[in-house]
Amino acid sequence: MKLQKATMCGLYAVLELATHRDQQISAAEIASKYEISLNHLAKVLRTLVRARLVESVRGAGGGYRFCGNPKRVTLLDIIQLFEEVGPDAEPAPPVDHVEGRTLHKVLREIDDIALASLRAVSITTLLKINEKQKRDPEVKAVVGRAASGG
Amino acid sequence: MTSSIKTAQAMPAADIKIRSAAFEDVPFIVMLDERATGHSKCCYWRELFAHFAQTPGEGRAFLVAEQQGRLVGFIAGEIRAFEFGAERCGWVFALNVDQDIRVNNVGTRLFEALCERFSSAGVEKVRTMVDRDNDLVLAFFRSLGMMTGPLIQLEKELD
Repeated sequence: MKLQKATMCGLYAVLELATHRDQQISAAEIASKYEISLNHLAKVLRTLVRARLVESVRGAGGGYRFCGNPKRVTLLDIIQLFEEVGPDAEPAPPVDHVEGRTLHKVLREIDDIALASLRAVSITTLLKINEKQKRDPEVKAVVGRAASGG
Repeated sequence: MTSSIKTAQAMPAADIKIRSAAFEDVPFIVMLDERATGHSKCCYWRELFAHFAQTPGEGRAFLVAEQQGRLVGFIAGEIRAFEFGAERCGWVFALNVDQDIRVNNVGTRLFEALCERFSSAGVEKVRTMVDRDNDLVLAFFRSLGMMTGPLIQLEKELD
């Protein structure tokens, strides 16, 4: 599954803010960490604020804070803020030949499974997987090599 | 995304005690299951309890959660070996928590207690099956670290 750039930015922002729930983090910090454009991220953060998942704290030391329920907000909730997903986003099946309907039926089955997974993965679940990945020596080595430019 | 559940927070419930189910618990289990599924399966639960009670095994457990003497949830599972070409592993085949106390770690405590039994019996994996439209239960198991396994359930309408 390939997600749009804005969606990925939104997911990065939510993960970063939900990881540090007791802190306010600036857009510049998030943009720098994930190497994304600050302008692009600002738009994405506005969408997250409108969805009441993130709040903006003004003033010195201000920034953004995750304010959703991480146990209940799912991957699908975030993705749908930025793009259409699932069978509803697809054109209606062709009615003039059986082959089109057959393909549509099978593709629909694959979409249904993907949607079920997106609905089932909460932010808390993602953070747990993230923590586990951080402890994985193989992942540590790859991230370490990337950070040192190797 | 308008539901307040997306922003509401919950606290883990205190005073939760996990113990093996007793015969007197069966009516509660039937009632909780009926509330969740809309079907009364009195015979099924009685037979399952009797089966577990008569043939207790190392990797088999029917547990209930109690809060201040009040039953609030149950879980059942057992180790099954080599079905569908899979290795020996623990299966969770029933889990339910009183709707009034959900999102308070009761299900997690029940699941962990069952997994401890599975681990003690020497298995390294736990599996379950969930309706893919059951977002709540699917999200719950995902939050416990469960991911899609190597088996795909297939079915066919019989002609």
